[in-house]
Amino acid sequence: MEQTYQVSSNPHVRDKMTTERLMQLVAIALLPATLVGIWNFGLRAFLVVLVSVVSCVIFEWLYDRLMKKPNTVRDFSAVVTGLLIALNMPSGIPLWMPILGSAFAIIVVKQLFGGLGQNFMNPALAARCFLMISFAGSMTNFAVGEGFKGVIDATTGATPLAALKAHGYTGEVPVLNLFLGNVQGTIGETSALALLIGAAILLIFKVISPRIPVCYIGSFAVFTIIYMLATGKGFDGGFLFSQLFGGGLMLGAWFMATDYVTSPITPNGQIVFGVFLGILTGIFRLIGSSAEGVSYAIIIGNLLVPMIERFTLPTAFGKGGKKA
Amino acid sequence: MALLTFKGGLHPFEGKELTKDLPVEVYMPTGDMVYPLSQHIGAPAVPCVAKGDTVLRGQKIADAGGFVSAPIHASCSGKVKAIEMRLVPTGSMVNSIVIENDGEYNEVEYQGADLESLDKKTILERIQAGGVVGMGGAGFPTHVKLAPKEPDKIEYVLLNGAECEPYLTSDYKRMLEKPEKLVAGLQVILKLFDNAVGCICIENNKPDCIAKMQALVKDLPRIEVKELLTKYPQGGERNLIKAVTGREINSTMLPADVGCVVDNVDTVIAIEEAVLEGRPLMTKLITLTGDGMARPHNVETPTGTDVQELIESQGGLKEGFSKLIAGGPMMGFAMYNTHVPCVKTTSSFLAFMEDPVSQTTPTACINCGRCVGACPSHILPARVATFAEHGDQAMFEKYDGMECCECGCCSYVCPAKRPLTQSIKSMRKMVLASRRKK
Repeated sequence: MEQTYQVSSNPHVRDKMTTERLMQLVAIALLPATLVGIWNFGLRAFLVVLVSVVSCVIFEWLYDRLMKKPNTVRDFSAVVTGLLIALNMPSGIPLWMPILGSAFAIIVVKQLFGGLGQNFMNPALAARCFLMISFAGSMTNFAVGEGFKGVIDATTGATPLAALKAHGYTGEVPVLNLFLGNVQGTIGETSALALLIGAAILLIFKVISPRIPVCYIGSFAVFTIIYMLATGKGFDGGFLFSQLFGGGLMLGAWFMATDYVTSPITPNGQIVFGVFLGILTGIFRLIGSSAEGVSYAIIIGNLLVPMIERFTLPTAFGKGGKKA
Repeated sequence: MALLTFKGGLHPFEGKELTKDLPVEVYMPTGDMVYPLSQHIGAPAVPCVAKGDTVLRGQKIADAGGFVSAPIHASCSGKVKAIEMRLVPTGSMVNSIVIENDGEYNEVEYQGADLESLDKKTILERIQAGGVVGMGGAGFPTHVKLAPKEPDKIEYVLLNGAECEPYLTSDYKRMLEKPEKLVAGLQVILKLFDNAVGCICIENNKPDCIAKMQALVKDLPRIEVKELLTKYPQGGERNLIKAVTGREINSTMLPADVGCVVDNVDTVIAIEEAVLEGRPLMTKLITLTGDGMARPHNVETPTGTDVQELIESQGGLKEGFSKLIAGGPMMGFAMYNTHVPCVKTTSSFLAFMEDPVSQTTPTACINCGRCVGACPSHILPARVATFAEHGDQAMFEKYDGMECCECGCCSYVCPAKRPLTQSIKSMRKMVLASRRKK
């Protein structure tokens, strides 16, 4: 045989988008919320972010190394996980906790199930729930240092959502502050504005489709309105918007419910998933005993993803369309 | 007019500017000509010449081997040198007639005809005699396609001028340079279907073709021009039918099941030549393109031309090129050797200096769903490919893996660079083979 050339199956061209670049875009989209968090809570918050990201990357590298697997640090997913863990922590957390959380997220939730793409729940959220159950005190201690620039809720000294739960909307923490983010809470969840800027980045670069977050936030809003009307409170815009902007809803809906690996791949499944999360969050926050509900709603939703996919398989082209 | 389109698909880099404004050249080869007996779907043709016979250009050298088959004609004059196995562009060995080209190109006489004087049966006979096959890629014998069970139920004759594959411009050049032939060919087809309208379907990245065609058909009541949104794979038969008529066919149906007949630009021109001029299918317009081609342009060459000879005569390949593809970048075949003939379905040769596929390493699927959004068959390529990789035929079929049209969109968009199309394609072949066994 004479000279031969390179062959492969079609197609012979590839899109420029890579896993790496997608993860980098998510990290970039999280930056506004991270920066507001650091501005809001001071240097201590920066330290938590740094420790979480670095420990996630190290655990990822270490696991690959010990298990003699190809190094997957370069895909940037560990950085995103680390960032999300940090944004879900109060700024005053003891620093060993995010390290423990990172180990749990990367090694137990992600790598033991086969690494990127195989984990059945969002690693960062699993870590948050794990820490929440183990160290509820530290995880819900939102006491802030002197550097804090936000509005402190004098009534309770707790997060706006907890106050909302206890007293209803009193206007103590105005909706505007909840939107801008200078209130108490975890590092990354306080500023709806910063998170929405990040969401815009995700949408503009087509990293995510709006299906899950829009259905999530939309159904939660509807649930809240129904709740207000059904319990005789009457429609209260302040209550509604503090529910939407307060707590982890924006962070969860835009950045964690949309995690590719743990959300349905089917377009209709994404709608079902979003609505399901909205209703579940409503039940947890408004009817259940806790003020927060986003993390648990998403984790439970993650577990139902295979089932949701099975019931929302798309109809193949030509199998349901209009016949002549 | 709203642009017609379908759901799914994508916009790859077009690459058409490399060749679209350059004049078409004509090449008359001098080397041996090779005519594989299978240049179409169906039974191979049966040689009607023997070694040592002298043939003229336009002379039939092989008869159709059955109803679903097509005859083959010499495209040069000379002497039959051998009938032997030869390599074809798709990589297999096919029994072929080899003719020693005398370079004279002495032709037989062709019997032209007037459309008015032809009845339907004669039109189909002339198409068959001309060896016309679908040149969009599949090579389905055209006289079979144009003879559905119920011709009265055909409502649309779609002339596929989408040319959605990146880099390819041969249909574009044809539409610009031979629009009258195209319209005449379409009228021939319309004569077969009394209840049909003819639609010339062109993507909106070719506004000059659209304008030219519109001017040409404005007084013809049965023909209209349809403007399509530029999107790959708009030129796929199923997607074209969907975009223009809103009707859908799946993998087990034919266009005729929804009242449509689809023919591509080259085929319609071949129909015109076969029916009205009596000339059989003997030449192909081929796009030579890509950054590895020294002089990208369109060239008209006889079928049977050795690809190596053709490319060398047209400027050759650049030093250090790494990949040569027969067809477009999305659905073409990579060739390991250029000593193959141009056949009826050859449309282009694309040379890449760098092969983007071998430069990437597939990593884990991150379930991002980009393949789902791009799939024009509306299946879940990521899932279906996994079933294929696991050899799980039951799940593969349950998740409609057989509906895949092998367009390559899923592999193209995959950020993890997984060869989804490849996995699905090979599983489809296995399923089809196992079905045939039953």
